[in-house]
Amino acid sequence: MKLSAQWIREFVDVPVDNGRLAEDLTSIGIAVEGISGEGANTVFEMEIGTNRPDAMNHYGVAREAAAFYGIALKPIETSGAKAPRESESGNAALKRSSTQNPAAEAGSHSGSRSGTAGAAPSRSTSSAGSGFAIVIDDKDGCARYTAQIVRGVKIANSPEHLASRLALVDQRAINNAADASNYTLWEMGHPTHAFDLDLLQGGKIVVRRARDGETLKTLDGVDRKLSSEDLIIADANRPVALAGVMGGFDTMITDKTKNILIESAWFDPVAVRKTAKRHGLHTDASHRFERGADYGATSLACALVSQRIMESGGGELEGSQIDAVAREIDQAPVVLRISQVHRMLGSKLETHQILAILKRLGFELVPEPGAQPEFSVQIPSWRLDIEREIDLIEEVARLHGYNNFANTLPSFSGGVVENPETAKAAKARSTLLALGYNEAVSLSFVSNEDAETFSSTPVVELANPLSEEASLMRGSLLPGMLEMVAFNLNRGTDYVRLFEMGDIYEGSGFGTAEHARICFAATASALNRDMPQGGVLDKSKGEAGLDLFRSIKGDVERVLDAFEHNTLQYDDKSSEYYEPGRSARVLVNGAPLAQFGLLHPQVVTRRKLRQDVYVAEINAEELYKHSLRLIRYEPLPKYPGVERDFSFLFPDKVTFDQIEKAVQGLVITELRSFGPVEIFRGGSVLAGSYSILLRAKFQSHDRTLREDEVNDWTARIVSEMQKLGGTQRA
Amino acid sequence: MAYTVPKLKDFSPAALDGAVAELLSALEEESAQPGNADARKAFRDRWLARKDGILTQINELWLKAAPKDAKRDVGQRVNKLKAEVEQKVEAALEKKPAASADTSLDISLPGIRRPIGAEHPIIRTMNEIVGVFKNLGYSVAEGPVIETDYYNFEALNFPPNHPARDTQDTLFLANQETKPRREQLLLRTHTSPVQIRTMEKMRPPVRIVIPGKVHRNDPPDASHSPMFHQVEGLAVDTNITFGDLKGTLDHAMKALFGSSAKTAFRPSFFPFTEPSAEMYVSCFICGGSGKRGSDPCRPCKQTGWIEILGCGMVDPNVFEFVKHNGYDPEKVSGFAFGMGIDRIAMLKYGLDDLQLFFQGDVRFLEQFG
Repeated sequence: MKLSAQWIREFVDVPVDNGRLAEDLTSIGIAVEGISGEGANTVFEMEIGTNRPDAMNHYGVAREAAAFYGIALKPIETSGAKAPRESESGNAALKRSSTQNPAAEAGSHSGSRSGTAGAAPSRSTSSAGSGFAIVIDDKDGCARYTAQIVRGVKIANSPEHLASRLALVDQRAINNAADASNYTLWEMGHPTHAFDLDLLQGGKIVVRRARDGETLKTLDGVDRKLSSEDLIIADANRPVALAGVMGGFDTMITDKTKNILIESAWFDPVAVRKTAKRHGLHTDASHRFERGADYGATSLACALVSQRIMESGGGELEGSQIDAVAREIDQAPVVLRISQVHRMLGSKLETHQILAILKRLGFELVPEPGAQPEFSVQIPSWRLDIEREIDLIEEVARLHGYNNFANTLPSFSGGVVENPETAKAAKARSTLLALGYNEAVSLSFVSNEDAETFSSTPVVELANPLSEEASLMRGSLLPGMLEMVAFNLNRGTDYVRLFEMGDIYEGSGFGTAEHARICFAATASALNRDMPQGGVLDKSKGEAGLDLFRSIKGDVERVLDAFEHNTLQYDDKSSEYYEPGRSARVLVNGAPLAQFGLLHPQVVTRRKLRQDVYVAEINAEELYKHSLRLIRYEPLPKYPGVERDFSFLFPDKVTFDQIEKAVQGLVITELRSFGPVEIFRGGSVLAGSYSILLRAKFQSHDRTLREDEVNDWTARIVSEMQKLGGTQRA
Repeated sequence: MAYTVPKLKDFSPAALDGAVAELLSALEEESAQPGNADARKAFRDRWLARKDGILTQINELWLKAAPKDAKRDVGQRVNKLKAEVEQKVEAALEKKPAASADTSLDISLPGIRRPIGAEHPIIRTMNEIVGVFKNLGYSVAEGPVIETDYYNFEALNFPPNHPARDTQDTLFLANQETKPRREQLLLRTHTSPVQIRTMEKMRPPVRIVIPGKVHRNDPPDASHSPMFHQVEGLAVDTNITFGDLKGTLDHAMKALFGSSAKTAFRPSFFPFTEPSAEMYVSCFICGGSGKRGSDPCRPCKQTGWIEILGCGMVDPNVFEFVKHNGYDPEKVSGFAFGMGIDRIAMLKYGLDDLQLFFQGDVRFLEQFG
């Protein structure tokens, strides 16, 4: 929002330059985010919080400046006619230069009107001498409707000084009537609207909800179907405006307009917001009404608009303002306890300082009887945001200056609660980092197609997704992972190792569930590059798949081994997006914990991945149910170990798992390790079988092993291998 | 012809002198020869190795072979010789070997770098911030990404139909129309719902730090992402003041950005805090000068300050929602704060495009190793 510095200064004699003014305003929360232009053309780029509609205009900002500097705010001069009651005494008050807040003066009369509203509980009707009637049918939606008829106006361009001011705050000049309304909005904040009086049918304005089937063409030229919840302005026959949002096309001011009805009303924030939202409209008027306009300002705004119209377009007022009041806006006094100011702010502000701040902001304070200092605080009509004691405390803090409060540290009671999963996730993460995987973070959304391919659980669908490709919450980390891998491969980065730790989302009936997962991926290039020379088992020519698979398997095992678990079991029931025979599932106590392996060629093709990709998915939620492995020291061996190699031919159906189990079955306590060293297929090895070189290491904790006992164990191992169908090679 | 220890027949002082001189001259000659690490080890072993080194041989061939009457003299000489040889060998080894083209390595060749993984800059930044508050005695709390309207808005004092809801472009879950509004599901737009969830579970006092993912309906561009990260904090006790809020955050910023970091607060509006503030920290890129050398500092737009978080005293209306669990706003007070991690990480590492964080580009990620 842009405001003109010079325009602000029209209402307050700011004792500092524009740069300093901007800083000072910012320090009290009336934020000036930027300054452009120079001299009379200086423009402040403002950022005003949603709770401060009163400051979304020049007069409102001037009011804040006056409060900050403790100087007088000038009244807005108007010679226009006022509502009958105000015209008796209010006009004079408005012109008093000592009056800090003219709108408040207008508002302060509202008390005397309560009888009017009370007399017309369901419907408020007012009319001036002209016989034009204002009917407020919906008093929830419209508390007050002030109108003024101006006759004999010549519609023309606005005078230069007015148009250029509007231009300064990014407003386009239209004609003198529309500009008068807009100028007043930017000057003192109250939205108004000008109708072509002669196009209003039946000599009356009705504020009511729309009827089903009614339509309205708004100023933007859009034909709108109205709903029975829309708050509208109607004449005797039809809707003529969306109340507080936008006027109607058919009753707008044109070159031909001669007679004008000015609307200056107070509409209910929720009613305006709902209407605006329903029609996808956001206007300067709706922005202010939604946030709460000044109930006491309708008459002043109406007078200012009519005055400006007449200044440039001539004409004359017909009678005085018609002021229909359906209900009073109740701004009950708020009790302020000085003790609470101290409790919240922690600073011993003196009572007189507190009172001075609030008075400068337009609050009236009346001391309450009692032992502790307490005040009954009357809220000015433009501050609909102040309803509670804490709101007043904030005002005190704001004007005192946040940075003038001393920094302190609280003394705490109570202890610290450790989340056990934090340490587990940290361990898994540091393991993956050490294994060379780069940590990645991908977006939470996936497409329908990805969900079908990679998720086995019901999906979570968004009502208003950013795009069709991002319409679901991820049910798996894998789609995001593959997208990132592809991103790298497409940019010539072949060596990719990535991991992501995060939640996936599952739809469960009416609710949802979130589950922790770990996913990592490595390209074949990366696995090959990082393959330790001694780690290569498969000596067959042109067949690297076995060791690449073992490589990703080892990484899975590294992560899982940080946790206490029984022996891991592997089976081949991995998901369909893995290549069968080159992927596996890991189970602990029969429950699946992870799956990993080579990505299915179809997925590789569909994803346009330029090389083989190995991936692993770990159910972190399940993993974290296991405690972290307790580390216990095992005494180091004092006696030398003995190694023995065995070379066997096995039929393909014999797995290493079988070989290992057979050897374990021998229960040789001195067998320290047993594993494969080389595997070979093809060449001299018959099809359907493979050659494997196995190595056993024997070692004792209490003695040097004798040749004969090692020979005995070796023979027993050979015998077991032969039982499995193995043939020992020379 | 390399020197070998002679067997002595003549143990007269003159003969011994000759043998010692011969040995020392051989040592001198060998000491002068250049050598790489292997050669130097061989040289040391040849002279000093316990098993069959020259000194050991002297013991065997000279001392042990000496006739009884010469033993004392030979013993003294051998001992003196041993000390001298040891000293000379060590001295020779300490001398830098002369460089030689054929044996020394090209030490300018790049080292072999075994791959190590890099922490994601956002997670790393988030952990750093959480760590600061853990050190201050805060517990870590977490909550779901898919939230109800109640926790994300209502209990945080965003009434239905309040314009403040517009400031958080919310992503809603589909098929929620039939539910009561407060039960309707959405993607949390901030980590603040965890404040309510924690206060429902724990009676005061409470002090928690809440890291997490949040989502908003912001199309991705250089400075926006529909998913980003926040760290939230909440402290509630019987005695918490606005000064405590300021002091705590000032301390945290000094812990994060160095002891010279300064903070400034200015009024702001959040429905769930009052008074509310935005906090600025002196620019950690330019140190608050607004300049980098003679160039303007872009991250702080030359102001010397960077807006880093929103904070405030917990609004009494928020406490009303958990009053039954000991949070009577007349008895307890508290402060809350929340900051966007992605932006802080962007500033800290000098990124100009937020999207880099979420592409998994290895060339980018490796820079944080």
